[in-house]
Amino acid sequence: MSESKTATKTVRLIITRQDGPDSTPYEESFNVPYRPNMNVISALMAIRRHPVNSRGEETSPPQWEMNCLEEVCGACSMVINGRPRQACTALIDKLEKPIRLQPMKTFPIVRDLVVDRSRMFDALKKVKAWIPIDGTYDLGPGPRMAESKRQWAYELSKCMTCGVCLEACPNVNSKSSFMGPAPLSQVRLFNAHPTGAMNKAERLRAIMGKGGIEGCGNSQNCVQVCPKGIPLTTSIAALNRETMVQSFRDFFGSDYQ
Amino acid sequence: MAENDYARHRLHSLLGVVPVGLFLVVHLTVNYQAIHGAGAFNQAASLMESLPYLLFLEIVLIYLPILFHAIYGVYIAFTATNNVGNFGFFRNWMFILQRYTGLFLVIFIAWHVWETRVAMALGTPLNFDMMANILSNPWMIAFYIVGILSAVFHFSNGLWSFCVHWGILVSPRSQKIGTYVSAVIFVLLGYVGISALFAFVS
Repeated sequence: MSESKTATKTVRLIITRQDGPDSTPYEESFNVPYRPNMNVISALMAIRRHPVNSRGEETSPPQWEMNCLEEVCGACSMVINGRPRQACTALIDKLEKPIRLQPMKTFPIVRDLVVDRSRMFDALKKVKAWIPIDGTYDLGPGPRMAESKRQWAYELSKCMTCGVCLEACPNVNSKSSFMGPAPLSQVRLFNAHPTGAMNKAERLRAIMGKGGIEGCGNSQNCVQVCPKGIPLTTSIAALNRETMVQSFRDFFGSDYQ
Repeated sequence: MAENDYARHRLHSLLGVVPVGLFLVVHLTVNYQAIHGAGAFNQAASLMESLPYLLFLEIVLIYLPILFHAIYGVYIAFTATNNVGNFGFFRNWMFILQRYTGLFLVIFIAWHVWETRVAMALGTPLNFDMMANILSNPWMIAFYIVGILSAVFHFSNGLWSFCVHWGILVSPRSQKIGTYVSAVIFVLLGYVGISALFAFVS
């Protein structure tokens, strides 16, 4: 009984679709039966169960990615009503209707809402976003980290490589090689770690290379859109200072560590 | 060349402040003497003209830095994909305005140099009457108002960006205070520039 009552109310979704990496994008609308407490994922699941568009034609179900469903993995990032964010925490009740879903076009599109975020992982490799401790013998305990430092470093560690900051950044696009805010902030995270700091100069030099920190134009959109509230612009500004000092050291040949 | 992106970008930022920004302040200050009349302006202008090795100073401290800043700046402006429509945050507006004013200034400064410095080299004396003559056209007044305000905006906002790019302003609070300081600089220098402009008109 309750089903027939709620089924009368529908939510319209307008989805930008693309059949393959090189296909032409097109829009398709769907009317999804409303249920209380829906999110964009459950609306997409409803379309998948009954892939019929708003004109009543049967179509292929739109593709998207998802994993954790609690905003910690970043896989379901997409552009929802013009704003890049995670679909799992985008509640239907709080969104303006009709709801427009688009892929994050900063990344190569695989299909529909699925994008290829490999460039972010490549950037993490480039900036050496890890602490090298592997070896043939036990290195023993590393130096301790001050609690006050651990607290802000923990905020930086919340990055889930979701790509929302790259999507919002005006300088991350096909015309530039800028790696974007997320990997830069990881440099600050690993340089803050007492053991990681032993390879500080390597990471700083990596972001002083092509596509590195110079690509930042301070529009500061990243810090506004980051779903984890990571102080990305503070990280970038701090790295501006550190790369500046590093560049002088490198230029004049200082061996100061 | 591609390997030196970092150095080139930082140099671009530095040159915008020293010497180009510094020159803008001196230039607007000289112009401001016009509010005391034609005599005061002509005296200030001839003081600048009487500097030793003037052509050398002009080339090293003005032409070369501004050319580098302009050419690399146009490249930077065109590599951005502006998105204030979806992301209408204050800093994003400053970002896009910095690029638009920069592009406009390339046109404005080229025109301005042509009808003042080049005209002087070709024989027209550079004095109060030259500017009064240019500004007798109301369209030119409008063009110069936009040009001066663009230059002052580009300088004051660029000063903020310089402080961030060179690691002087790091914390959010320092960046916010920096924004207020740059706004005050914009208002004060804008007043100097515009009041000087109207001194040539009346």
